[in-house]
Amino acid sequence: MEKKKNETMAIELKQITKTFGSVVANNKIDLSVKQGEILALLGENGSGKTTLMNMLSGIYKPDSGSIFINGQSVTINSPEDAIRLGVGMIHQHFKLVEVLSATDNIILGAKEKGLFLHKSRSERIKDISKRFGLNINPEKKVYQMSVSEKQTVEIIKVLYRKADILILDEPTAVLTPQETKRLFEILRRMKKEGCAVIIITHKLNEVLEISDRVTILRKGESVATVDTAKTSAKELTELMVGRPVELSIEHPTNDYNENLLEIHHLTVENEEGVNMIKDITFDLNRGEILGVAGVAGSGQKELCEALAGLLPVKKGAVLYQNENIVGKTPNEIIKMGISMSFIPEDRLGMGLAASMGMVDNMLLKKYNEGKGPFVSKKEARELAKRLVKQLDIVTPTVDTPVRRLSGGNVQKVLLGREIESGPNVLITAYAVRGLDINSSYTIYDALNEQKQKGVGVLFIGEDLDVMLELCDRIMVLCHGKITGIVEAKATTKEQLGLMMTDAAGAKGGKS
Amino acid sequence: MSSQSLSTKKEPFIRIIKKTEISVGKTIVLSLLALLAAIIAGGIFILAIGQNPFEIYTTIVKGAWRSSMATKGTIKIAIPLLIAALGITPAFQMKFWNIGAEGQIIMGGIFATYFALFFDHLPHGLLLVIMFVAGMVGGGLWGLIPAYFKTRFGTNETLFTLMLNYIALYMIKFFIEGPWRDPASSGFPKIATFTKNARLDQIFGVHAGWLIGLVLVVVLFIYLTFTKQGYEISVVGESVNTARYAGMNVKKIIMRTMFISGAICGIAGMTQVTGAAYTLGEGVAGGVGFTAITVAWLSKLNPLFILVVTLLFSMLEKGCSVMQSTFGLSSAVSGILQGIILFFILGFDFFTRYRFVFRKER
Repeated sequence: MEKKKNETMAIELKQITKTFGSVVANNKIDLSVKQGEILALLGENGSGKTTLMNMLSGIYKPDSGSIFINGQSVTINSPEDAIRLGVGMIHQHFKLVEVLSATDNIILGAKEKGLFLHKSRSERIKDISKRFGLNINPEKKVYQMSVSEKQTVEIIKVLYRKADILILDEPTAVLTPQETKRLFEILRRMKKEGCAVIIITHKLNEVLEISDRVTILRKGESVATVDTAKTSAKELTELMVGRPVELSIEHPTNDYNENLLEIHHLTVENEEGVNMIKDITFDLNRGEILGVAGVAGSGQKELCEALAGLLPVKKGAVLYQNENIVGKTPNEIIKMGISMSFIPEDRLGMGLAASMGMVDNMLLKKYNEGKGPFVSKKEARELAKRLVKQLDIVTPTVDTPVRRLSGGNVQKVLLGREIESGPNVLITAYAVRGLDINSSYTIYDALNEQKQKGVGVLFIGEDLDVMLELCDRIMVLCHGKITGIVEAKATTKEQLGLMMTDAAGAKGGKS
Repeated sequence: MSSQSLSTKKEPFIRIIKKTEISVGKTIVLSLLALLAAIIAGGIFILAIGQNPFEIYTTIVKGAWRSSMATKGTIKIAIPLLIAALGITPAFQMKFWNIGAEGQIIMGGIFATYFALFFDHLPHGLLLVIMFVAGMVGGGLWGLIPAYFKTRFGTNETLFTLMLNYIALYMIKFFIEGPWRDPASSGFPKIATFTKNARLDQIFGVHAGWLIGLVLVVVLFIYLTFTKQGYEISVVGESVNTARYAGMNVKKIIMRTMFISGAICGIAGMTQVTGAAYTLGEGVAGGVGFTAITVAWLSKLNPLFILVVTLLFSMLEKGCSVMQSTFGLSSAVSGILQGIILFFILGFDFFTRYRFVFRKER
């Protein structure tokens, strides 16, 4: 009987095509998941993973092709339809009401008869939690929760709506290694309970660890589906990128031995007046890459903005070659050679002007040079053309609005401009977020090159594996405090993970 | 396990999909289509009131250009509209929603009128230059107020500029009935008509405001496209964070740009009082500041397009008034006709952004 159940596919997508304007996001994709199976959907950014899953969850609609759920042809017009069909998606960005409790969030919008909150509802939540090994306090308010707890609420929310097909969009991007392990436990439980799970990711080791099969997308097409047991990281990468790739990051050494930036007892408030950086002290040396690790929202953004003079410093000092730069305007700081390349989640919101072309964007920090009221674009044009060649930037022309470039290319434009300005200090936040493997390595190489030139690089990162290879030292932030600064060579991912959650015994840290 | 009603729901027949980019050629074709649709819809309306659409349309076009008198009239309508639309442009480019052109025109008019009334003993050329500068300062200051509050306290500029319009309007009333009331006019309160010395000269039979407008088209185009300040305006409009990141003084840029925006609108007010009305009345702006928003927006904030669109608008207005008198129609009719045409032109903007996908038969 068990076997018979396995034969109907939980999901079957046939020849799904979706275009946005002239861009083909998905081209005739076939995909299937059995009940009780975990399928990993692997692909570089822009390969069409999220688009494909959004069609399953009713956010987009395919231009052509058909969807079968439990063997039945269906049309999914809205997320509501998807839920009725038993498809639940857990998005990268949580969709929870912060001021409500876990229970309230879970039952919110679940259409059930009756006016009052039945006791049976909380019973059901408990049931679900037990069955899948999900651990939450149902009365806790969402704003008090950690990222991992919020994710758990999202999962219960979907299960509460009786979804037996779960889609998780990059669920581990925001988790520490320990939390990831816990999530995988949950997924395995679901598998045992007969759920079909699709997990979107671009982390190879996770694919190998959790999935039964892997479907690989490349440039909107499904290039292969392989059994996880019969594949390797190397093969997956090649399928994903389309050709063999060398997967190691260089780690050159040098012997500059000079303090470049000293940060003393820095405290920074965000715009709401909350202390995001609390009394931190560290220094950045010439010719080193100092990594900054931490769970998202631990104060990384505020640190960068404060150093660049964009956010006022509440207390403390930032010494650049023994001169305090606290209180200086961004303009004065730029002139001192502290170039900051800050790439927030909203990539085009800061650092680039989205509707302008590369040429105009090259001018951003230099337009004021030169005399007279007019802007001179000649050099900028040459610089833009040079960067296109150097960094393999794909753009129709150097005057095409940068918002029309892909995420990776946007990043290259930004980083290229910053490096060209010949900085002494380079602050990069999530420099490779959204980049494909090749572009990522181009960026790592560029950073290493800067390091060898004697530039001090502050590298705010997400991927601990990368940081361990690339950085010289790693500083861990947790709730705006430093929980440790360690030599990258002498530490492990697990140790960093512990420091990220402040479990290593560092005092303070609100819960 | 899943619900039963799932296959009963059908795909909707039409879906609306956002277009990514659209070519210039297609935009022009769509605009012409919009015009055609407007003419047809307007034609149906004209038929409905028992007139011949072809005659009416011919009258409108001919009415605007049939004689040198008519042409002059059309251009006179165009002058303040052109200058005010140009004035709005730098603010809108910066995504500062200046709805206050009306008030800025009025303030320009008030400042210029002060010198026309009390300094008309000065040499003609000097007086006009002073009035021109005064108009700019008046409009500019009126634009600066909302900019200051926006940068200082984060107030909403849309409401702020809108409110200032009414304050400006009531200021005219105050001057007419109070300090500047012409003692010579018995009974009906009004401000004295300017002496010849304080009137703007005519060039080719129309007051020199048209020349000022044309010069402004070129100057503004260069300012926005090639100068550092123009670049700053674009970056601030794009993203304030990016501007801060680039080391720009965003507050200063907002204030400066709003001064310029208001100053240009002030010029429109100055040319109206000294070139067209020869006095300051409550109708000095007469809604031009609002029409200018439509013009600037339809022209996609390009000074050269603004010139073209302004001429079309003025033609419509002049032609409609001729139509009114020729056929003895009420002014409401031309109002409706203008409304229909505008509705279609603005509405077709939708089609440049979205397209439709029809359900395929299965």
